[in-house]
Amino acid sequence: MTLLLQGGTVVDPSQKIEKRLDLLVEKGRVAALGKIKPKKSWKIVDVSKCVVAPGFIDMHVHLREPGREDKETILSGSQAAAAGGFTSIACMPNTEPVNDNEAITRFILERAGRAGLVNVFPVGAITKRLEGKELAEIGEMVKAGVVAITDDGNPVENNQIMRRALEYSKIFDVAVVDHCEDRDLAAAGHMNESGVSTRLGVRGISRAAEELDVVRDTILSRITGGRVHIAHISTQESVAWVRQAKKQGIAITCEITPHHFTLNDTDITNYDTHFKMYPPLRAPSDVKAMLKGLSDGTIDCIATDHAPHTRLEKEMTFEEAANGIIGMETAVSLAWEFLIRRKIVSVSRLVELFSTNPNRILKLGRGTLKEGAIADITVIDPDCEIIVDVKKFRSKSRNCPFHGWRLQGAPFMTIVRGRIIFRHEN
Amino acid sequence: MPLRDRHLLGIEDLDLDEIELILNTSRSFKEISTRSIKKVPTLRGKSLINLFYEPSTRTRSSFEIAAKRLGADSININISTSSVSKGESLIDTGKNLQSMNPDIIAIRHSAAGAPHLLAQYCKSTSIVNAGDGMHEHPTQALLDVLTILDHKKSIEGLHVAIVGDIAHSRVARSNVLLLVKMGAHVCVCGPPTLIPMEFESYGVKVTYHIKEALQGADVVMMLRTQKERQRDVFYPSVKEYFALYGLNMEKMKWAKRSAIVMHPGPINRGIEIDPELAEAGFSVIFEQVTNGVAVRMAVLYLLLGASEEADL
Repeated sequence: MTLLLQGGTVVDPSQKIEKRLDLLVEKGRVAALGKIKPKKSWKIVDVSKCVVAPGFIDMHVHLREPGREDKETILSGSQAAAAGGFTSIACMPNTEPVNDNEAITRFILERAGRAGLVNVFPVGAITKRLEGKELAEIGEMVKAGVVAITDDGNPVENNQIMRRALEYSKIFDVAVVDHCEDRDLAAAGHMNESGVSTRLGVRGISRAAEELDVVRDTILSRITGGRVHIAHISTQESVAWVRQAKKQGIAITCEITPHHFTLNDTDITNYDTHFKMYPPLRAPSDVKAMLKGLSDGTIDCIATDHAPHTRLEKEMTFEEAANGIIGMETAVSLAWEFLIRRKIVSVSRLVELFSTNPNRILKLGRGTLKEGAIADITVIDPDCEIIVDVKKFRSKSRNCPFHGWRLQGAPFMTIVRGRIIFRHEN
Repeated sequence: MPLRDRHLLGIEDLDLDEIELILNTSRSFKEISTRSIKKVPTLRGKSLINLFYEPSTRTRSSFEIAAKRLGADSININISTSSVSKGESLIDTGKNLQSMNPDIIAIRHSAAGAPHLLAQYCKSTSIVNAGDGMHEHPTQALLDVLTILDHKKSIEGLHVAIVGDIAHSRVARSNVLLLVKMGAHVCVCGPPTLIPMEFESYGVKVTYHIKEALQGADVVMMLRTQKERQRDVFYPSVKEYFALYGLNMEKMKWAKRSAIVMHPGPINRGIEIDPELAEAGFSVIFEQVTNGVAVRMAVLYLLLGASEEADL
């Protein structure tokens, strides 16, 4: 099928383009960009009110399959991604069993192929069973299709193993993704340590728990030359440290979740467990620093840390409830409302955050609309107003703090390899 | 004027009028406990469930006696916190109890916010917070203030020192909220490892030196060291803790001559308070327990029967 996206504003930082152009898709690739005369046999979509961008990539999601298919499956996660405007997602290895070997990697890819929607790129474990003791067979996993490595959620505590992982990763040029959390300092806390946690009587997590690991990672990256990627950065100091490390030429990148630039710890009222996640929501001053990091380029990408949990796991007291929220179906609208409409970043910068940069970090061969490129395309309608309704989510889970929020700017169409896999219905 | 909320979840939600109402009602109920027949029919036909997920002697029996003296039925449910899916069972237990139509559930739980969670699921039952984790223990603070007012004219302008494990103490939080609301000058004191972040934001003074806290104090409130909530090392030894923060006759000299000593119990004798001090004349520790019954009678009465005329 030949597809013509007519009259949209094409925003592609990889070519430094931001102008009104037609875009022709043929045989799953970008065939032409420019003023294109339509043919009758083509499928033509009027996107004149929309932004046309290289496909968005969510480099941090939990799909729960294999093991916890009651929370999410690769299929339901793919559907949520498509509806959220994502053409590619990278799934974390903390499944049951853990993705620490090529068999699990192949299983995930096989299931993703069967789902046949978005591109699913597995992220492999750094250490076997995420135990932080022995390196997993990273080479085998990379051969099978893993695009990065992480012990997400169970950060590698042993500095020597982290150093070895960063060294070893250089063979394959994959990023080592670190969930920065010093377990001793986190002290089994449940929210940011602040006056708010004091008043709620909930054990706090010190910012230092994240910051110490960020500092460690920059130092280890410098001595090894391995690429480190800080997952879900959340504190002012962490961002400052990454900014400084980048100036020194250290191979460090970082991502932020939408909830860490839209919510803060004072939003936790009546012990609502939908506001519980790791890292925790931080203080308003941290959120301010996040916005600065987003606008000045310190923060490389937006990733959701989509973490599905069943109702039962959230219908508990705050300290007992599971950590994390789902995010793929709200990320683009939250970013549009909070970053574009509030003039924190430009549209071109937003596309960098969602596509160009995650592609650069994971080396997926995407993130561009150059002629000949794989036609993964995200089309956004900046005028579309939505009211977040968890009941309408494609995800199997409903753990989302944004229910009922009114947002402007939403995915209009998601195209993978030239095929429309999602179209907004109004 | 009744209470605005159907539940009593924390001091934070009460305004000064409501606090006055509870204190005045408590005073009028105190006399009942001194009669030879200690029972009135005010809440006859009403029922209280004590749902306790943490061990308790004083608070649980205090709620039970309070209910019985007002003619209400009360039953106790003690659940060990060792079960794996505590929160899940909390909601299920709440729904089940609710189906038996109790009028009040007094809940104690190791997790902050457990009473708030229960309140969301129990639409027709009043929930009373009998202590939730490190968050609040509102009836304790009310009985403490009632006890102070037995000895001092007014809370306003009073100097109150709260000493000990502030971080893990719901008693400290509820008392600070209540005392500050009522105009006291509160100074909290403990090792920095046991003072939670931004505690000054309550409008209190924070010090690490007990002398500073006690100087000029009208009321000295000692807290229990909460070993069950302390997950790591906060002080080197009990001996050193007592030397720095334990209250004895010697240190008591720093306080005003007229100062009273309070403790929410249970006392760790020799850790936070010298045994001879607990029984000295200025100790009001057992008056606190007596007032506990009156305050809980008042709370049960106001949550349930405020619209009806009191039949004393």
